[in-house]
Amino acid sequence: MNGWPALDRFLRTDPRDVGCAEAMQMLHVYAELAAAGEAVSQRYPGIAAHLQACGPCGEDFEGLLAALRSDAQ
Amino acid sequence: MLAGTGPRREAALARLHERLLRIARREAARRGPRLAISGPELDDVAHQAAADALLAITAKISQFRGESRFITWAYKFVIFEVSAKIGRHFWRHPVVPLGPEEWDRLPARFGFDPAHEAEWRDLLAAMRRAVDTELTPRQREVFVAIVLNDVPLDTLVLSLASSRNAIYKMLFDARRKLRAALAAYGYLPDDSSRRS
Repeated sequence: MNGWPALDRFLRTDPRDVGCAEAMQMLHVYAELAAAGEAVSQRYPGIAAHLQACGPCGEDFEGLLAALRSDAQ
Repeated sequence: MLAGTGPRREAALARLHERLLRIARREAARRGPRLAISGPELDDVAHQAAADALLAITAKISQFRGESRFITWAYKFVIFEVSAKIGRHFWRHPVVPLGPEEWDRLPARFGFDPAHEAEWRDLLAAMRRAVDTELTPRQREVFVAIVLNDVPLDTLVLSLASSRNAIYKMLFDARRKLRAALAAYGYLPDDSSRRS
């Protein structure tokens, strides 16, 4: 039974999630590969899981990606 | 060149600062529409972020290991600075004051249809019970602030003098415990067997 998908998604945790410290340590590597179109979530599943679940780290990733893309234009 | 001395280093620093400021302005503007800050205040955030990022980069330059381009590594610092300064702004000027627990907000946050209140009223009561009985006082405090009172995580980091990693971990553990409790009560699917 699952009539509350939004609540289920929020409460569901991914054991691969590496946490903020490790994700932030590797963010420049992850973002550069992502900007180059690499399958970065397969290479770093723990960071991908974290960026999906952590709003502030996800926001920082989006910002770094946008910065790299603005340089490429 | 940044590790050296003299006019060439000064010129390299000036060029790097120019690029950091451009990125800081873009980032502040990107986040701007969702924030209650704009105009000169947002530009001030960008200037402070670029200056502090430059200081951090020069202090940590020996830690750059060449895993990415240097400029990608440098941009990471300015993004973090913009993020931190915006968090600090909201700490000083909270949009939502820290107040009593706002359980009434939960149904809307998770898309519970008011027309079906009879169906989710028991779930909400079970969740409230689990928050009281399953969480440690610190996990409860973090859960209430972020989930019920809508306090941004980075703002909570400042008000509790903690770190983003520590607050996230507390919320992570709270989510895991609450999900397990709601699954045990039969409100959410129990997928412990699927993962083992």
